[in-house]
Amino acid sequence: MKQKLSSLILGLAATIGACCFTVTAGGVQSVTNPAGPQAHNIGQLWWLMFWVCSAVFVVVISLVLLAFVRGRRAAGGANHPLSIELRPAVETERRQGLWIICGTVVTILILFVFLIDSFLVGRGLTAELAHKQGVNIEVTGHQWWWEVRYQNVDASSIFTTANEIHIPVGVPVTFTLKANDVIHSFWVPNLSGKKDLIPGKVATIWLQADQPGVYRGQCAEYCGHQHAHMALWIIAEPQEQFNNWHRNQIQAAVTPINADQQRGQQIFLSSTCVMCHAINGTPANSNIGPNLTHLATRSTIAAATLQNDSAHLMSWISDSQQIKPGNHMPPNPLTPDDLKSLVNYLQSLK
Amino acid sequence: MKALCLSAFLALLLNGCAREKRQFEPPPPARVETQAITLSELRPGATTTAVAPKSGIEDQAYPVSEGKRLYTAYNCSGCHFNGGGGIGPALMDEKWIYGSEPVNVYATIVEGRPNGMPSFRDKIPDNQVWQLTAYVRSLSGQLSKGVSPGRSDDMNAHKSEQATEKKTPQKSNVPKAAEQP
Amino acid sequence: MSEANVQSLNVDDAAPDYEAPEPITSPIVPTEMDLARELEELERTWKRPGGVVGWIIDTDHKAIALRYIVTAFIFFLFGGIEAALMRLQLARPENHFLGPDLYNQIFTVHGTTMMFLFAVPIMTALGIYLVPLMLGTRDVAFPRLNAYGYFVYLIGGILLYVAFLMNTGPDAGWFSYVPLSGPAYSPGKRVDIWAQMITFTEISALCGAIVVIGTVFKMRAPGMSLHRLPLFVWAQLVTSFMIIFAMPAVMLASSFLASDRLVDTHIFNPAEGGDAILYQHMFWFFGHPEVYIIFIPALGFISSIVVTFARRQIVGYTAMVLSLAATAFLGFGLWVHHMFATPLPQMGQSFFTGASMMIAIPSGVQIFCWIATLWSGKLNVKAPLLFVLGFFAIFILGGLTGVMLASVPLDLQIHDTFFVVAHLHYVLIGGSVFPLFGAFYHWFPKWTGRLLNERLGRLNFWLMFIGFNLVFFPMHQLGLHGMPRRVYTYLPETGWGTLNLVASIGALVLATGVLVFIVNVFWSRRAGAVAGPDPWGGDTLEWSIASPPPDFNFFNIPTVQGRYAMWSMTETTPIIRGLSTHKRETLVTSVLDAEPELRFEIPGPSAWPFLLALATAETFIVGIFTPWAFPVGAVLAAAVFTAWFFGDPNYENKTEKDEQRSEAPAPPAGLQPENA
Repeated sequence: MKQKLSSLILGLAATIGACCFTVTAGGVQSVTNPAGPQAHNIGQLWWLMFWVCSAVFVVVISLVLLAFVRGRRAAGGANHPLSIELRPAVETERRQGLWIICGTVVTILILFVFLIDSFLVGRGLTAELAHKQGVNIEVTGHQWWWEVRYQNVDASSIFTTANEIHIPVGVPVTFTLKANDVIHSFWVPNLSGKKDLIPGKVATIWLQADQPGVYRGQCAEYCGHQHAHMALWIIAEPQEQFNNWHRNQIQAAVTPINADQQRGQQIFLSSTCVMCHAINGTPANSNIGPNLTHLATRSTIAAATLQNDSAHLMSWISDSQQIKPGNHMPPNPLTPDDLKSLVNYLQSLK
Repeated sequence: MKALCLSAFLALLLNGCAREKRQFEPPPPARVETQAITLSELRPGATTTAVAPKSGIEDQAYPVSEGKRLYTAYNCSGCHFNGGGGIGPALMDEKWIYGSEPVNVYATIVEGRPNGMPSFRDKIPDNQVWQLTAYVRSLSGQLSKGVSPGRSDDMNAHKSEQATEKKTPQKSNVPKAAEQP
Repeated sequence: MSEANVQSLNVDDAAPDYEAPEPITSPIVPTEMDLARELEELERTWKRPGGVVGWIIDTDHKAIALRYIVTAFIFFLFGGIEAALMRLQLARPENHFLGPDLYNQIFTVHGTTMMFLFAVPIMTALGIYLVPLMLGTRDVAFPRLNAYGYFVYLIGGILLYVAFLMNTGPDAGWFSYVPLSGPAYSPGKRVDIWAQMITFTEISALCGAIVVIGTVFKMRAPGMSLHRLPLFVWAQLVTSFMIIFAMPAVMLASSFLASDRLVDTHIFNPAEGGDAILYQHMFWFFGHPEVYIIFIPALGFISSIVVTFARRQIVGYTAMVLSLAATAFLGFGLWVHHMFATPLPQMGQSFFTGASMMIAIPSGVQIFCWIATLWSGKLNVKAPLLFVLGFFAIFILGGLTGVMLASVPLDLQIHDTFFVVAHLHYVLIGGSVFPLFGAFYHWFPKWTGRLLNERLGRLNFWLMFIGFNLVFFPMHQLGLHGMPRRVYTYLPETGWGTLNLVASIGALVLATGVLVFIVNVFWSRRAGAVAGPDPWGGDTLEWSIASPPPDFNFFNIPTVQGRYAMWSMTETTPIIRGLSTHKRETLVTSVLDAEPELRFEIPGPSAWPFLLALATAETFIVGIFTPWAFPVGAVLAAAVFTAWFFGDPNYENKTEKDEQRSEAPAPPAGLQPENA
C-alpha cells in the first residue's frame, strides 16, 4: 500500500514536472515569452502565482494523502461496518480547529499578496494612456480581419492597412480599438493583455516592444465562423526602419511597370475585386475589405492565415471559401492567365 | 397515427434544414443566360425553350442576411437609401418598374437599367446577386417571416424586413422620370 | 390519555435539571394486526399510478427525481459526444473533420447541454430524491410543482436537440454574446431556440428550488432543528436560494435577446441607445452564481460521503454551514470577472478581483475541515471515497487557477484561452462531476436496492481521473501558449498540435471511464450485491428505510435526537404516530426548531402539471415564430391554473372516515433537549 502511494506521488510529481518544463517552452504567441514591459510585468505576476499556487497545491494534496493514509491505518484494515466516533475527544477537536484557523489565515495572507500585486501590475497597464505623442493606431475589428489605421495630427500622414502592424521598438504605442460588427478581442500575448473591441464603445490600450521582433496576435473573442483564422502580426523594428516603412505606406500605390502588371491592374479594376478593395491612386476606393495599396509589404494574407506568396495568393483569390469557409470574400473563377497577371500586379504593390 | 406523426416530424426536419442552410461554397457560376428572362408573359407563337434561372435561396435565412450585408457593402444604399429610395426608386414599396420576380430583380442588377441603375455584371458574383435579390424582395415583405432579416444593428430607418407586411407588387411600366409633372 | 403524560414540546422549557419522564405505556399501542393493516392502507394510499397515463400523472418525488437523473445523464452523454467530436476535430492542425459552421454549433450545444440540461437538473434531482428522506418526511412540499418542473425541463431539452438535429442548433456560444447573437449577425432561428430553451430550464430550476425550500423549512422530522440539519440539506437549501436570485437574470437576458430578434426591440443595439455590454452584465450576474449552483450541492455530497466513510462527525459543522452561506453570498459579487477584457473602469474591475479571490476562503475552510475529518476518522475505503479524493485533487487545482484568473492583469492574458477551458473543467468536473459520481456510488443502493460493483467502480474512477487530467491539464499550457477558445482549427506553425493530440487521446480515456460506469449500472441493476437498508452505516435518515424506499418513505415519521440522526437513534427514540393512512398526510413543523405544527394533506397524482407544461411549451416554442403564441399560451395556462388551484388534489382518496375530524397526535415522550 505504501508502495502504491509513493509511486502515485512520484507519478504525479513527474507529470507536473514535465508540464512545468513544457510551460516554459515557447510557442509562437506565448504569454510566458514577454517582449514588452506589460507582458513582462504580467509574466512576473504569473510566475509568482504559479509558484505559490503550486506550493499550496503540493501542501494540500500531501495533507489529503496523509489524512487518507492515517485514516486507513486507524481503520486497522477492518471491513465495514466500522464503529462510529460520534463524540471525539475535545482536545482533538480543538487542535484540529487551530490547524484549520491557521490554514485559513495563511490562505488570506496569500490572497492579499496576490491582490496587491495584481492591483499594482494592473495600474501599470493603463498608465501612459495620455500619450498623445508617439504612435497612435486605430484598430477596427471586422469579421474576420483587422483594419489598421495609423493616426496622425497631420492628415496627409494618415493611412490604412490591414492585419499587419509595424511599431517602433522601445516606444509606447497607443491603440484605439473599435469594432465594426460584433465583439472581437485584440490580443498580442508577447506584448500585452487583451482588450475587447465592442461595437458602440471605444477601448484604448498601450503597449511597447522592448526588442525588435515579429509578434503574433489573435482575436480572442468568438466572433463567428472564422474566429479561428483571425490573427495579426505586430512587427517591432528600430525607429529608422519604422520611419521608412511609415513613409512608404503613406504613398499611393506603385504604378505597373510592365504590360503584364498593367493587364493585372485592368483585371483588378474590371472584376469583383474593385467592389471591396481599395488601392490608393487607382479608382478602386472601397473600404469593405482590407486595403491592398501596399499588399506586397505584408508577410501574410487572410488575417495571418496564409503566407503572402504567389501560390497562396492565387488559391486565395480563386476560392477563398476552401481556406476560410464563411469568410466574406467570394470565389473568383478567373482564367489561369488572368489570375497570373492579377497576382503579378498585386505582388508589385510594395 | 404513428405514420402521421413520423411524417409530420420528418417534414419539420426537412423544412428546418432549409431555413438554416449555410452554403459557403456557391455552386460553380455558369454564365447566366439573361435572355431567358422576360418582362412580359405575352409572346407570339410558341414559348421559348430557354429556362430562366432560379433563385433557390429564398427559403434560407443566411443568404438573405448576406444580401442585407451586401446591400450596404456594395453601396446600393447610395441611391436607394434604406429602401425608401431617393436618387433611385424606392425598393420597399409595391411599385416594380421592371418586375418583382427574383429573375427580374436579378436582371436589373446584372444588366443595369435606364436612368441610372448601373450594371454589375462581372462585378458582383452570381450567388451574391441572388442574395441581393432575395434581400431586395424582403424589403417589401415578399419573403416569409422566418427567413427575412430582423432589425439591423444601426439606426433603424424602417421596420425590420421580418415585420414588414407583404406588399402586393404592381408593375409600373412608366419610368420614374416620366412620372414627374 | 392522562394529563400527566402530555409533555410540553417547547424546548425552551428544557432546563439543565430536566428529568426525562418514564416511558408512556399508552393504551393505544397497536397490535401486530393493526400494524399490518396500517401498512396495507398506507401502501394503497400512496400507491403510484401505473401505465403511460400513470407516468404522466405521477407526482412521487422519488419517481420524478429518478426521471431527472436519467434524463440529465442522457444529456450528459450527448454533451460528451459533442466534446468527443470537438476533440477529434482539434487533434490535428487544419483538420477537416468538422467545418466551422458545424463545429460552432457543437461547442455551443455542448456548453448549453452541460450547463443547463445536465449540471443544474441533476444536482436538483439528487436534492429532490434525498432531501425528503433525510428530513424524515413523506414527500416534498409541492409535488405537482415538482412534476411540472420536470416536464418543462424535458421539453426544453427536446427542443434544443430536435433543433440541433435540424441544423438549427445555436451557434453563438453557450453564453451567446450580442451583437453576434443578435438579429443582424445570427440569421435564422438558431439563437432563438437557445433563448427559449433557457426559459424552460430556468422555470424548471426555479420550481425545484421552491420545492426544496418549502420542504426543508416546513417538513422536517420533529427534533431536527436547523442546526441539526445534515450538511447535504444545507447545501441544497443554499443552492435553492441562489437559484431564486440568479435565474431571473438569465431569463431576462435571454428574453431581451429573443425580443430583440423577434419583435425588433433595441435593448442591445448601441445605435439606438442600447448597450452590448448590458447583455454581458445580465448574463454573468446569473452566470457566475450558476457555477456555484452546480458546485454547492456537490459540497453536500462530499460532506455526506466523508462523514459516512470516515465514521465520525464532521469537524467544524458551524464553519461548514457558514462557508456554504458565504460562498453563496460572495458568488453574487463576482460576475464582472468574466468581463475584465471589456472597457470597464479599472478601479471597478479591481473590486471584483478582491471578491473573486475572497471566495477561495470559504472553500478553503471547507477543504481543511474535510481533511481534518478524514485525518481523525477511520476510513472505509470504497468507491464513493475514491471519488471524493479525486475531487480534492482536481478541484483544488481548479480553484487555484481560479485565483489566478481572478487577477485582472493576468486574466487579460489568459481570458478566453484554453487556460479558462482547463480551469472551468477542473472546477466543474472536479468540483461537481466527481462528487456526483461518488454520490451515484453512495446512493445507488438506496435507489435500486443493489450495490454498484466495487471493482468496476475503481476502474471507473481511475479511468476518469487519468483521462480527465490527460485532457485538461495540457490545456493550461495551450492557453499560456496563446491558443484562444472556440476555434474550430489552428495553424500548424502555432505549435499547438502535440498538446491538442494528448488532450484528444485523454478524451478517449475519459469516455471509456464513463462507459465503464454505464456498464456498471446496467450490470449491477441485475446482478449487483443486494444492499439492505443501510449498506454503508450512514448517518442520515434515508438509511433507516428499505432500499428502494417504499412509496410512503416512512411508516412512522421519525424524530431526531442529534445532528447525525441515524447515529443518535436508539431503541427509545420516539416516533410519530397518528397520521392518517387514508389520505396522503405528513407532518408540517416549525422553521427553526421543527416542532410539529399541523398535519398536511399532500396532493396526489395529477394531470395538471403535464398540461401546464404543454401550455408552457406552446407559449415558448411557438413564440419563437410569432408573438401571438404568448396570449394563446396565457389563456391555456390560465385554464390549467384554474383547475389546478380549485380542483381537489386528492379526490380519489377520500372516504367517509376522512370527513371526521381527528385529534392532533400525542406529543411524543422523551424528546431530549437539543444538544450539539
